[in-house]
Amino acid sequence: MGTEFVQLSLSPILIGICAAVACALPGNFLLLRRQALLGDAVSHVVLPGIVVGFLLTGTVSAGPMMLGAMASALLAVLLIETVRRLGRVEPGAAMGTVFTSMFAAGVLLLETTGASGVHLDVEHALMGNLESLIWFDATGWGSLLDPAALAALPPELFRMALAMTAAILFLAVLRRPLVASTFDEGFARATGQRPSLLSLGLVALSAASAVTAFQAVGAIIVIAMFVVPPATARLLTDRLWTQVGLSAVIAALAAILGYVLAGYGPLWLGGQHSVSAAGMIAVVSGLGLLLAAAFGPRRHRREALPEA
Amino acid sequence: MSAFLDALLLRTGYNAALVSVGAMLLGLAAGAAGTFMVLRKRALVADAMAHATLPGVALAFLAMVGLGGEGRALWGLMVGAAGTALLGLLAVDRLTARTRLPEDAAIGAVLSVTFGAGVVLLTVIQTMSAGQQAGLEGFLLGSTAGMLRADALTIAAGGLVAGAVIWVLRRPMTIVAFDEGFATATGIDVVRVDRIGMILVLFVTVAGLRIVGIVLVVALLIIPAVAARFWTDRTSVMFWVAALIGGLSGWLGTALSAAAPGLPAGPLVVLVAATIFALSLFLAPRRGVVARAVAARSSSGRLDPSEAARWIALRHMEPTSPLIDEDDGRTPLSALLPPDRLAALDRGPV
Repeated sequence: MGTEFVQLSLSPILIGICAAVACALPGNFLLLRRQALLGDAVSHVVLPGIVVGFLLTGTVSAGPMMLGAMASALLAVLLIETVRRLGRVEPGAAMGTVFTSMFAAGVLLLETTGASGVHLDVEHALMGNLESLIWFDATGWGSLLDPAALAALPPELFRMALAMTAAILFLAVLRRPLVASTFDEGFARATGQRPSLLSLGLVALSAASAVTAFQAVGAIIVIAMFVVPPATARLLTDRLWTQVGLSAVIAALAAILGYVLAGYGPLWLGGQHSVSAAGMIAVVSGLGLLLAAAFGPRRHRREALPEA
Repeated sequence: MSAFLDALLLRTGYNAALVSVGAMLLGLAAGAAGTFMVLRKRALVADAMAHATLPGVALAFLAMVGLGGEGRALWGLMVGAAGTALLGLLAVDRLTARTRLPEDAAIGAVLSVTFGAGVVLLTVIQTMSAGQQAGLEGFLLGSTAGMLRADALTIAAGGLVAGAVIWVLRRPMTIVAFDEGFATATGIDVVRVDRIGMILVLFVTVAGLRIVGIVLVVALLIIPAVAARFWTDRTSVMFWVAALIGGLSGWLGTALSAAAPGLPAGPLVVLVAATIFALSLFLAPRRGVVARAVAARSSSGRLDPSEAARWIALRHMEPTSPLIDEDDGRTPLSALLPPDRLAALDRGPV
């Protein structure tokens, strides 16, 4: 258990937890604001940006690819708004048009420029590769105290931890205006807050979480964690901050259980190979949602109060 | 280039021609079914269904291998895909109707969880010693290379059947898409038409998987409809324009794919559709960006008094008219209404 676990499983599990929580936290507010599919959209549209970032610099380093991803997320937001206004179509159709087109452009760019040979490929981007983020220099639990070994932790871990901290700080600092603008935009405006600025901030934070997690763990975890843990928590409680806390716990549990089941489950069943951890994390969270939808104490829609 | 021309003119052999014709039929059906779906505001439900096909494809493969087959028969994979896609659709509907979750959250949850389950099953297949897994990856982004004749025929037949059903139901579908209340008043069972419409969307989704791929097949449903919206305000015309754009995308996309066999077919088909969409966005008369810019300049930002009076008359005489939303203080009504309606507005209420 000791050395092997620390080397092979510890850092993927930690990265998984950070990614899941970083996505689930802003996901709560996106859910309440009817923007639940933002994570889905972002993890499709960033592909062309990441490829262009790679092509311009020729490296798979995080910086330029992150810039490219942010640029294409911004472009997507502009395009969606343009299509919605000029085409007079519902937001869903506008989103569907833009994110499929940009994803298609990203795939072709990837395949025609030869970038696909290196570290970038579409399947990798979709399914992620949590299992590969191992801590090669670890020799056991003692390595947690060894600065040289710690420095060799996968850089994704630091980035994801940073993204998670940013999400926690954002919610902690802006909790009051965030609640006001989510539930009563008119009130927020009347009390001198800037709800549109805050919405922009929330979208930017979500996009940053999504891009960081997309690079580290792939699209499936991003899309699932933005929606499923907040939705599950929503069926369990009426209190907003309880919901936010629950969603973080659910996300972390899904990451741990999913990883363990994917890595060891097949062995318990007599198989020899592990299965996709990203896929299993999504499945585990889905089972949680299923339970909450069947038994959750707050699963039903409230009847509206009668008009006085 | 000449390879592209050959493919365009269906001169690259019987199989490739069959694939092109199949993709064209599929695109026609997708454009029409997609128009219904987009007008009913359920565009992204199809994305959930598309992603939900992956576990079905994998399970069907495993079942066929378990029964001693090769596991690659397209019709079998499509049956599996349709099965789990239907479950995905039911899950979205159930979550929306029975719990407090809004539809977009239900879509996101179903989409990601089913796709995750499919990926888990794919890794199981990859590690199976018996599995000749080649081909299943093609379902993610679509491919036209190495398609068997039976597969091409299956896809063409799928497009044909979906197109035929839409043709038979074109009147009720048009009316429901145009105005739900009016449809109910004329005795149309809206719930049933909606259900049939979504089954058609599911059918097109499953038929399109092999060529366009799970991740992008929803584009073939959405983009033609959204592009068509720029060319017309009439629901019945929109169905035709969208079908045309969808058919064109399928045909040109597969021809490109035949000329560049290394590239996945899905993104090519989708980019053709996206190009047509971009042209529509900019160049469509009246609604396009260019036409709007020209109109805004010529009216120099303000309406002359007689045009302003027409808007006022419209608000009085037809307070529920959807046109009222179009009043941005710049657009003259004469650009939106035929002369006889204008004359009626100028006469005032009788």
